[in-house]
Amino acid sequence: MTSAQVLFYTFSFFLVASSLIMIFAKNAAKAVLFLVLAFFSVAGLWILLEAEFLAITLILVYVGAVMVLFLFVIKMLNIDKSTLRARFAGYLPLGLIVAAIIIAEMTMVLGHEQFGLNIYPAPENASADYSNITVLALQLYTDYVYPFELAAVLLLIAIIAAIALVHRPEQNRKKQDISEQVSVSAKDRVRIVSIAKENKEVKK
Amino acid sequence: MISLSDYLILSSIIFCIGLVGIFINRKNIITLLMCVELILAAVNTNFIAFSHFLGNEAGQIFVFFILTVAAAEVAIGLAILTLMFRNRGSIDIDITSSLKG
Repeated sequence: MTSAQVLFYTFSFFLVASSLIMIFAKNAAKAVLFLVLAFFSVAGLWILLEAEFLAITLILVYVGAVMVLFLFVIKMLNIDKSTLRARFAGYLPLGLIVAAIIIAEMTMVLGHEQFGLNIYPAPENASADYSNITVLALQLYTDYVYPFELAAVLLLIAIIAAIALVHRPEQNRKKQDISEQVSVSAKDRVRIVSIAKENKEVKK
Repeated sequence: MISLSDYLILSSIIFCIGLVGIFINRKNIITLLMCVELILAAVNTNFIAFSHFLGNEAGQIFVFFILTVAAAEVAIGLAILTLMFRNRGSIDIDITSSLKG
């Protein structure tokens, strides 16, 4: 076995194992952590496929931002004890049957006869000065610049939508009203009270 | 060497694991979202494997956009989830049937 094969089967094992643990986990936080492990394995596979930029993006964006967002929501909603226990275990056999059929069909379609090394030979390893980011950027800023800007607009819409959804209207908020502050006069604020003078001397 | 079909079969296995996760975790929307993420990772692996073996970078560009859309989807999905929890006090799927659809 070459070192690439050792890496491939190691990453594949961790990917499949952590995915299985994730879908059967009773605790949602545990599921998120095993999904993080699955994403790390996927990133390793992508580096084997010489897609370094996307692998690092997967770790930075997915593990660093999206999974942490999941953890935040799980901890905020406090669902660990309420709804997670009840699960539709009755659908497990049906799901397993469907999955087994799909995997069997896919293995027949995607086998070595159709997609093996003699049909699609492995490409040469990239040279040491090959830059995946440069190659991607050259395409992204020329041929795909319009979808790239659309993606930016999509992210902006997602920000606005997320804030608009969970933003609470103001209630009991201490807020300044400038015109009211300016138009106030001294009579409204200060009251001069005249107090009768007391004649008693303070004893020493 | 690792062939293209190894990557394709691996990602179809991951796809099916995500599918089974959707089957058995139907009560819990957060786990459903995580299973969708798993399915997207499988699809992205397919794209990158084909991009590598065919020598065409367009597949990696496509994965870039899929990652963008998935991040936006998760942000909005979790916002909706928070809103639902705030209004109903639970994220059980059974109680979201108030539209009787």
